[in-house]
Amino acid sequence: MTGIRISNLVKQWDDVRAVDDVSFDVPQGRLTVLLGPSGCGKSTILRMIAGLEDASAGEILIDGRDVTREDPSRRGVSMVFQSYALFPHLSVRENILFGLKVRRVPVAEQEKRLAEAAHMVGLGDLLDRKPANLSGGQRQRVALSRTIVANQPVCLMDEPLSNLDAKLRAEMRDEICALQRKLALTMVYVTHDQIEAMSMADQVVLLKDGQVEQTGTPSELYEMPRTTFAAGFLGMPPMNVLRMDQLSGAGMPKGAVPKAEPGCMLGIRPEHIRIAGKGLPVEVASTDYMGAETVLRLRHADEVVMARIHGRPQVVAGDRLNIAWAADEIHVFDETGTRRGSPDT
Amino acid sequence: MRHVHGWLLLTPAAILLVSFTHYPTIATVINSFFSKGNSVRPSRFIGLGNYEAMTQDPIFWKVLFNNMWFALGTIPTSIGLAIIMALAVNRAMPGRSFVRMAYFTPTILPMIAVANIWLFFYSPDIGLIDQITGWFGFSSHNWLGDPDTVLSSIIVMTVWKEAGFFMIFYLAALQHIPPELGEAAKLEGASRWYYFRRVVFPLLMPTTLFVLINAVLNSFKLVDHLFVLTKGGPDNASNLLLYYIFENAFSYFDTNYAATLTVVLLGLLAVMALVQFFVLDRRIHYR
Ligand SMILES: Nc1ncnc2c1ncn2[C@@H]1O[C@H](COP(=O)(O)OP(=O)(O)OP(=O)(O)O)[C@@H](O)[C@H]1O
Ligand SMILES: [Mg+2]
Repeated sequence: MTGIRISNLVKQWDDVRAVDDVSFDVPQGRLTVLLGPSGCGKSTILRMIAGLEDASAGEILIDGRDVTREDPSRRGVSMVFQSYALFPHLSVRENILFGLKVRRVPVAEQEKRLAEAAHMVGLGDLLDRKPANLSGGQRQRVALSRTIVANQPVCLMDEPLSNLDAKLRAEMRDEICALQRKLALTMVYVTHDQIEAMSMADQVVLLKDGQVEQTGTPSELYEMPRTTFAAGFLGMPPMNVLRMDQLSGAGMPKGAVPKAEPGCMLGIRPEHIRIAGKGLPVEVASTDYMGAETVLRLRHADEVVMARIHGRPQVVAGDRLNIAWAADEIHVFDETGTRRGSPDT
Repeated sequence: MRHVHGWLLLTPAAILLVSFTHYPTIATVINSFFSKGNSVRPSRFIGLGNYEAMTQDPIFWKVLFNNMWFALGTIPTSIGLAIIMALAVNRAMPGRSFVRMAYFTPTILPMIAVANIWLFFYSPDIGLIDQITGWFGFSSHNWLGDPDTVLSSIIVMTVWKEAGFFMIFYLAALQHIPPELGEAAKLEGASRWYYFRRVVFPLLMPTTLFVLINAVLNSFKLVDHLFVLTKGGPDNASNLLLYYIFENAFSYFDTNYAATLTVVLLGLLAVMALVQFFVLDRRIHYR
């Protein structure tokens, strides 16, 4: 059974095609992340699923039911907004109960769900405060509680952590994941932060310019990027994508640099590069010491190569050295930027 | 030295404030304790004599009640209309700026011009209203000449003028309400009326307080329309407190009685402003 099925979804503003023929499935009870750079249409897709925006074409099915033209309140979804959308004049309690009051849930049931939700996210003693008197993390929890009490099978989140500082963000990330699993929510989570995507997702839908670039688990996307865009979007620093005709395999293990074809690209992750006695000659442009590892910016002819080296290698800017990598770590892309030998090319 | 500079900077404002606000207020209060003087009998101190005379003055009570009806007739209606108009133009629709401007036009017209336009509307037989009602077979009516309709006529005109002005404040306030609040409510299935009642209206309360104070002040300050339209008549049916003060001071030259009435007006306004601030303020959510 499918949680949500999106097929051939299109959103056309006057002259912008924000979402262009997007199809993907969101498995029930799993966390799917919509990932992509700013302006690629993530929020628009989410808002169409919620019903806040009309689809120009295509279909949205939730639990097998076509909801493309359904009223937002009857789609069985709840949503957490980036700005949290808390009502500033209502107390935390009233904010959480707002939806239940609209839906005329009996008072006893309201109180029960409120108590559960407040307990689950740790808001117990803040129920009488106004949102203005809460910290960012606490407001986030109120927004989450609203989702919890709503008791809807599908939960949509649009960059819910982007207003928090780094430490709190990591904390809330874990909490949202735990919540999603505990309530077995079908969750669609929008972010442009690849770390959030990698650490939270059961499935990632990578978007670019309103189109799906690749769909898969985080490890599939990381290990088998289907395009140079996917290769460059994931990883910190991202995969090196080098023009093959600039490289020579001299001194490298066999197969580490395949025979060049016009326009072909070779991808290699920074962590798979090692400093070697023989191999590709490079000049060190800069070094970034991060503690457990050091990121080297290396230059070979016109190309820049990033390398992640364990510990603190004894190199400084201006040094010349040789690098190498293993043959089974490479990715080859053809002249259109598509992975060689990927199933749908 | 720093003190001197500070005081020098304050002086122009202080002089203006003292000479045009504080001094006249105090002088008015003092004047109200003196009798009306003439060439034979000079003005003399009579304590609360003017106030006693005022309580015996049937016209004073009449204008006070007129003013109360006028306030009750104009304030809720113009505020309600202002909110409705602001909600109507606070969304994407063709010709939005044109409609906004149309609502605001009455405010930018000079008071005297407005009064003259409405004088034409209300004229018996040839006026706009009589011509329209004439098509439907109603007989002509002297709207401003009939003591039963004159105050209502003035009320309608004032609402027409004020609603557009208040709308601008509501429009500004509405644009400060994040659209996500409406979307969150929509996802829960809240009707537009429910959303307005539980979210929009409470969030507009600071604006409502501001507008309310202005509306109350305006309802006691109205004088120029009366001057053009009715001169307070017929039989004081449309006379309001400030116009009555004006008449006493500049038609009957009884400045001491005018001062007495002014003190009452100031007292009324002060009490109302205080009540609004202290009673309503507690219940208002400010962002
Ligand atoms: N109401 C609108 N009218 C016209 N164009 C719009 C509208 N809303 C969004 N767009 C356009 O649609 C495209 C996708 O917008 P969207 O908000 O979905 O991007 P996003 O992926 O969520 O970006 P971000 O990460 O910055 O939030 C953008 O180019 C944007 O300019
Ligand atoms: Mg967005």
